[in-house]
Amino acid sequence: MFRYPTGSAAHDPRSIVIPASPTPARPLLDVENISVFRGERLVLDGVGLALDAGDALLLTGPNGAGKSTLLRVLAGLRKPEGGHVLWAGIDALADRTAHAARVAYLGHQDALKAGLTLRENLSLAARAAGSDPDEAMAALDLSGLADLPARMLSAGQKRRAALARVKLARAPLWLLDEPSLGLDSRAIGLLDGLFRAHRDTGGIVIATTHVPLPLAHPKSLILPDLNDAARDDVRATVDDAT
Amino acid sequence: MNLPIPALVLAVVGRDLRLAVRHGADTLGAVLFFVLAGALFPLALGPSPDLLRRMAPGIVWVCALLAALLPLDRLFGSELEDGSLDQLMLTGLPPSLVALAKMTAHWLTTGLPLLFAAGPLAIMLGLPAPVLPVLLTGLLLGTLVLSLIGGMAASVVLGARRGGVLLPLLVLPLATPALIFGAAALDAAQTGLSWQPDLELLGAFLAAALPLCPLAAGAGLRAAVE
Repeated sequence: MFRYPTGSAAHDPRSIVIPASPTPARPLLDVENISVFRGERLVLDGVGLALDAGDALLLTGPNGAGKSTLLRVLAGLRKPEGGHVLWAGIDALADRTAHAARVAYLGHQDALKAGLTLRENLSLAARAAGSDPDEAMAALDLSGLADLPARMLSAGQKRRAALARVKLARAPLWLLDEPSLGLDSRAIGLLDGLFRAHRDTGGIVIATTHVPLPLAHPKSLILPDLNDAARDDVRATVDDAT
Repeated sequence: MNLPIPALVLAVVGRDLRLAVRHGADTLGAVLFFVLAGALFPLALGPSPDLLRRMAPGIVWVCALLAALLPLDRLFGSELEDGSLDQLMLTGLPPSLVALAKMTAHWLTTGLPLLFAAGPLAIMLGLPAPVLPVLLTGLLLGTLVLSLIGGMAASVVLGARRGGVLLPLLVLPLATPALIFGAAALDAAQTGLSWQPDLELLGAFLAAALPLCPLAAGAGLRAAVE
């Protein structure tokens, strides 16, 4: 499953990820050659990655490099103009409603309704996945705030609530857009435990970030800004830190 | 473990109802608009009972149509703005059922209160009591149609600049058949003619809108989150 930049200008896969295990088995999440246009602008060009159960991937790159767009493609919220997302060998984007069950997505926004209490905000996700909202709130140290309306919460508390919803979904694939936004050091410690527990049970974490995250042995995918005119060598670079 | 689809739809409807209760002023706004707009007509047209009785069907129907438009702008707009729409699309429901759940919530929070307010408004305008059941049956079908068409239009204009301006331009022409049949049934009932055919046509319109509008709205939601 090695992919190399071929150097030929026409069909140049702009990125490679080296699979964590040398076994020839198919990786759980296999993303091939994703390309996305936003209007007339090419945002992602031939991005590929391969992750096994328990892996973590950090997506980095300058603003506008398409990190969030890639996450939305992986969540099935956006259809790419080219490329495939394979989950256990199955084309995940062919049935995006079924793919939704595999995904827990944390966007830029916390998606909390100001008028509802924290518990009410989480209740839909909890019911959909059949999980316990109190347990998820406890995991993010929110138990004392469960009955407060979301409008009274601080930015960091809202972020934690959104993370609690990620945990509630009980989905194998976590797609997190800057999960540490607004979190204090204590909450980042909670994040560490959350990630660890998820990966220990075979979950995958893919996170965009501009700051260090408490992820042990993450792989890394650096997306270039394809529209940066100052650079002529734009290629997504990958290193395997494990 | 996972909820069956119908229960999940109900859970989305329940969430919307809870939101509607929390934001009670917004929810009542449409009904108050309906009553106030209806009450303006006697002031503008003069207090002639004959004239008002003649015009009552049209007044009630046009006011109901306009009142049902009011909350449409926020139906999906607020969900898109705070990121909730992404989460709704990832609950495991097909987008068309997400749309249907939102349309159901729109009817329960707008259409149903309009039904309750329509009776008093019609009596105020001098509509004879025997005609009231025809009015309410027609409005029951009509408000359902409005929620379906309105929800579809709201999802189509989602994310467009000036969507709020576009919305009435899209809904009003599509809703005219409901208006024509609904008001015609009332007219027929008032003049002692048979009103059933008009209501049956209205019912047929609803039967066509029920499967088509959520499908179109689902496609609109998919496009909006892209």
